[in-house]
Amino acid sequence: MSVQSASGRVTAPGGRAAGTTRRGQTVKFVVLLALAVLFLLPMYVLLVTGFKPFAEATAARAWSLPQTWSGEGWAAAWEALSSGLRNSLMVAVPSAVVSAVLGSMNGFVMARWRFPGADTVFTLFLFGMFIPYQAVMIPLQQMLVGAGLMGGLFPLILAHTVYGIPICTLIFRNYYASIPQTLIEAARVDGAGMLRTYASVVLPVSAPAFAVTLIWQFTSAWNDFLFAVFLTGPNSWPVTVQLNNVAGSMVVPYNQQMAAAVLASLPTLVVYLLLGRYFMRGLMAGALKG
Amino acid sequence: MSTAPNRTGAVADGGPGRAPARAARPAPTPARRALRRARTWLPGLLLVSPSILLIGVFVYGMIGWNTNLALSDKHAPIQEGEFVGLANFIALWQEARWPAAVGNAVVFTVVFVGGALFLGWLLGLLLDKGIRGEPVFRTLFLAPMAVSFIATGVVWRWLMNPAPAERATGLNALFVRFNLDFLVNDWWTAPDFGMAAMALPAIWQLAGYIMALFLAGFRGVPEELREAARVDGCSEWGVYRHVVMPQLRPVLLSAVIILGHMSLKVFDLIIAIAGQQIIADVPAVYMWAMVFEVRDPAKGATIASYLLFAVALFVIPYLVWTVRKERSEGR
Repeated sequence: MSVQSASGRVTAPGGRAAGTTRRGQTVKFVVLLALAVLFLLPMYVLLVTGFKPFAEATAARAWSLPQTWSGEGWAAAWEALSSGLRNSLMVAVPSAVVSAVLGSMNGFVMARWRFPGADTVFTLFLFGMFIPYQAVMIPLQQMLVGAGLMGGLFPLILAHTVYGIPICTLIFRNYYASIPQTLIEAARVDGAGMLRTYASVVLPVSAPAFAVTLIWQFTSAWNDFLFAVFLTGPNSWPVTVQLNNVAGSMVVPYNQQMAAAVLASLPTLVVYLLLGRYFMRGLMAGALKG
Repeated sequence: MSTAPNRTGAVADGGPGRAPARAARPAPTPARRALRRARTWLPGLLLVSPSILLIGVFVYGMIGWNTNLALSDKHAPIQEGEFVGLANFIALWQEARWPAAVGNAVVFTVVFVGGALFLGWLLGLLLDKGIRGEPVFRTLFLAPMAVSFIATGVVWRWLMNPAPAERATGLNALFVRFNLDFLVNDWWTAPDFGMAAMALPAIWQLAGYIMALFLAGFRGVPEELREAARVDGCSEWGVYRHVVMPQLRPVLLSAVIILGHMSLKVFDLIIAIAGQQIIADVPAVYMWAMVFEVRDPAKGATIASYLLFAVALFVIPYLVWTVRKERSEGR
């Protein structure tokens, strides 16, 4: 034990110092570093290739740094993706907001203002989170065509909003379950009805859960491809479809492809890097863990 | 706790200051009590009802519609469909493409789920005790989760380029450069292990997520439990094997469910890397082709039904079990 606590490094939160030798630490660190390099390979390729001029984006110089750093790949990628980026933004933001609001209301009721059968309804909601969306796609498409709603961004906004309700409900329900019931009771004794309790007791403390759901919904709507190919046409393609078209075409040089992939991923990556804590919580909720 | 809303009677919809007057009422009849209780929970139901309606129509209604379609012979978009029972479901197995697509999905699932679980578990284990630079490692390993499968596919298609050694690019070029020519391979275009290679980008993308799940699980095991095992003479590895890992079965189950349900319906990644090439065909890609190229709604719906069935088979028991367990723990 004395040896282990002497290695100054093992001061993790919670005092988990016991049982680790200095050599063990070094071995672990080296293994982690090796894995980190493997994880970074694709990111290296993306950035380095993206900065190469067209003439250098060849097989022979695949892994080398650019001899001249060039912005031509980025300019071309921006040209190819700008309308998709705008479409993605106009889909992801409203659908994130609406599903978060609905999720908050549902979560409150299912955690703190329950009705008979609430558990069954909740389970039925949760199943909606796991279904393969292929199982609703053909009818959804037929319905939207039948209603004359195909064409713009509406189908995609609708789909992301509706199919985002389950996870938002789950996140808010687990979050609200941690609000002390006595607080809710106190509001009731004071004569507050449901809406008033929700607005004055629950909503003011909901900011973290809103952050988690908004980030989660934004990310999954932004990264979606399946709904997009089934429900949108060329004028309303989001960035994932445009990226796939750029990369799927044999004539587009690699520097443009890689720059396009980075450009399409930038918004969600920035959100992740800035708000990683909330992003994590959303991931955990996806595993049904509060 | 679940019965709490019933206790406070009629104040649910009252404005401020109405409650005291109610307390002075005569003893209520059972019918009246039921009514009063209903007035407590009814607003809750009303608040949820828009979502119930949406989920009802767009999840369950659409699934019903899809099943209906799969049981019909509507093999062209403008044709009327007659009920044909399970004919479509049986016919799929008699062609060559469907069993091959299912086989590909199974190989992909086994390699992807196994690989992501192992790598995620390993990363969690390495980070558990805290190590220099832990936040940097965590951020890095989890970062691919923030990116779309399409973006992942674009870069991995380049990395796994099957061009032969003399004009190799991607990982093959890297192997040649380090004189590891024996590693040069056909990646996802190889007939025997192609789908296993296809699982690599998916493992890269999801391993960090599994790491985060395991890390939270490891750190949720009380230190006293570990300490007790150490006092009993357990080695550090023994502590993990006999004390920590058994506590992590629920985490493992969640991880398998998440990876499994993603894997069975894999679509984006395959499209981004292989397009519609038959060597990497999976049910979701087949279904897409049925809708957009062959234009056979009944067949597309049949494939979708199989996908739903495969996912439901293990997700439903898991959901029922989770919600029940939570209830019994008094949430």
